[in-house]
Amino acid sequence: MRKLKKFLAGTLAGVMAVGALAGCSDNGNTTNNGGNSTTESTASATEKATGFYDDVDTSGVKSIYFLNFKPEIADKYKAIADKYKEETGVEVKVQTAASGEYEKTLTSEMAKSDPPTIFQINGPVGYQNWKDYCADVSGSKLYDLVSDKSLAVKSGDGVYGIPYVVEGYGIIYNNAIMTKYFATTGAVASSMDEINNYAKLAEVVKDMTAKKEELGIDGVFGSTSLKTGDDWRWQTHLMNLPLFYEFNTGTGDVITNCLEATNLEFKYADNYKNIFDLYTENSVTDKNLLGGKTVADSMAEFAAGKCAMIQNGNWAWDDIKAGGVVKEEDVKYLPIYTGVDGEETQGLCVGTENYFAINKEVDEATQKASMDFLVWLFTSDYGKKAVIDELGFVAPFTSFGDDEKPSNPLAQEVLAWMAKDGYTSVKWSFAGIPSEKWKNDFGASLLEYVQGQKEWTKVVEDAKASWTTERAASAE
Amino acid sequence: MEKSIKKWFPLFALPTLVSFAIAFLVPFVMGLYLSLCKFKTVKKVTFVGFDNYIKAFSEDQDFLNALWFTTKFTIISVITINLIAFIFAMLLTKAIKGTNFFRTIFFMPNLIGGIVLGYIWSMIINGVLYYFNATITTDANYGFWGLVILMNWQLIGYMMIIYISGIQNISPDLIEAAEIDGANAWQRLIHVTLPQIMPSITICLFLTLTNSFKLFDQNYALTAGAPGNKTQMLALDIYNTFYGRVGWQGVGQAKAVVFFIIVAAIALTQLYLTRSKEVEN
Repeated sequence: MRKLKKFLAGTLAGVMAVGALAGCSDNGNTTNNGGNSTTESTASATEKATGFYDDVDTSGVKSIYFLNFKPEIADKYKAIADKYKEETGVEVKVQTAASGEYEKTLTSEMAKSDPPTIFQINGPVGYQNWKDYCADVSGSKLYDLVSDKSLAVKSGDGVYGIPYVVEGYGIIYNNAIMTKYFATTGAVASSMDEINNYAKLAEVVKDMTAKKEELGIDGVFGSTSLKTGDDWRWQTHLMNLPLFYEFNTGTGDVITNCLEATNLEFKYADNYKNIFDLYTENSVTDKNLLGGKTVADSMAEFAAGKCAMIQNGNWAWDDIKAGGVVKEEDVKYLPIYTGVDGEETQGLCVGTENYFAINKEVDEATQKASMDFLVWLFTSDYGKKAVIDELGFVAPFTSFGDDEKPSNPLAQEVLAWMAKDGYTSVKWSFAGIPSEKWKNDFGASLLEYVQGQKEWTKVVEDAKASWTTERAASAE
Repeated sequence: MEKSIKKWFPLFALPTLVSFAIAFLVPFVMGLYLSLCKFKTVKKVTFVGFDNYIKAFSEDQDFLNALWFTTKFTIISVITINLIAFIFAMLLTKAIKGTNFFRTIFFMPNLIGGIVLGYIWSMIINGVLYYFNATITTDANYGFWGLVILMNWQLIGYMMIIYISGIQNISPDLIEAAEIDGANAWQRLIHVTLPQIMPSITICLFLTLTNSFKLFDQNYALTAGAPGNKTQMLALDIYNTFYGRVGWQGVGQAKAVVFFIIVAAIALTQLYLTRSKEVEN
């Protein structure tokens, strides 16, 4: 019996050693590979800074892997990939991460032996997170085509993220309801043109709330969705305005300033409170019930004509169209006014959170083949048509002519607002927010504020303190 | 016999041992190692020592809050689930019409997945609270009791089945003997039934204790930690740390190791304590 035990122990130990060895050799290999390809691509980037590996032979590349960020257009990408395979023989494997799960999916996919060759970063913060994987694309044709190069994600001399869609958000309003309001007796304004600052907006909104039965609406604004995971319209998008005004100091880029700020002063906290209170006090839903509301809930309210205004962006058009009540020509934008001096010339919040990055850990030929697919997508006739009609992007590339614009009325409105003389678009400064944790905590604070469990001053204090710790944590 | 076992042991045990090593031992050791590292993907890691463990407890109040919340939740639900399940088991082992039907009905909730349950219950609870102008996120207590109700609803049926089989295994002779000796119903319960079903109690306590402590799906779907991370349990906190904060993957991993140690310690202590009370038949 004792012998058997000894034997057992020996075998077990042996097996463990085998396992450990297998683990070790595996690790060793990957580290070596990783190391090699890193040095290689750094070297090639400096040598070939102008061509993005133009001389690289891609004939051996059979497939590339694109990890898509936007679940709403996943099927459409599949169709495009099929077409590309038909034309070039290169298979594009399209994987889509579920809504809100992109970082998680990317983290696990990157660790696999067949990692994504094209992936997406959400801006300078995403770049910090993924900089070991982002190839320098400053010499690529796609970067050449970017109409506003200040939008790209840069670090030093290199370019690591190419913006592929410009989006805009503001307060979407239903013009049919507004027209009805202007016709009521004692209306405090006679047309939308008069509403060009917070004071006027608040006056109109409060008067509309008083007349909501007459107007046939449940409230002026759609529900301020504060369910965890559905609060991004407030903790990120609305937060953009105070961030923009605080960090648009005149010197340097606003996103970079925001990204480099170790502390948040939250100078415009009162302005944030102005508009946020206006939303929640004139809402379809009672304040105490907002914690259960999702973005889909509030879009449905707007789409059914139960409210006159809602804060969202051009991506919301499909939701509104699905309701079938609101007419295409009635969907308009109003900038988000918060009571800042000189906001009469403020435009919509325009920018992007969507940047393509090429994985520099894969071999050069695959990198080049991945870039070729993107160039094809944004320059070929089929690709461009797909981008406009199927994907519905406002693509910021010079390869698109004036007549090649999306049919989405909100996207057209964004372009119209951008082209308005004398108006300044509000850049998407929220790209400089330190971490997801900051946003989630701020969202949670807002919910507690709305439910009357947290004073506003405490919300502001917490936001400032969390900014400092989160910035320090990610800077390490 | 001994000889042939010795001879053929390696051949027959090797496949199992190898798969055990690959699927369990290696990931486990890797996990332990990663908790001492700063990393983004498991391919690029930097060793940082015990930094992650220090951070998990000092820089982050959430973990301790979650630990406290989880402990409270576990205590309450272990007591309620086992008590109610035992009462049901006692009722359904009496000669009542349709016991099999009731047993099936009570067992069914256990077959539904946690995420689905979480959404169903969040709808039910929000629907009820709507009349009081509140939602489940209005107060952390609502979330707490919501979780307790959900957990009870899901696990009572399962535990009940285990108790029923325990009760049915008690020899009628013992009960009869106790009756003849003049023991009343209460005395029979305390001195005959309970000692006889100690093995069932061990299993049920173990299952409810570990399941409550490790709860994730139901927590994620029901409250997702709202309001303000106050209803966040350990597993969810680990998940959020690992995926939600730039550069904090290592801290998440460290929390997971601490979590493992706690669960293992609780489970082993409980097994030891209840086992020692079991009577040999």
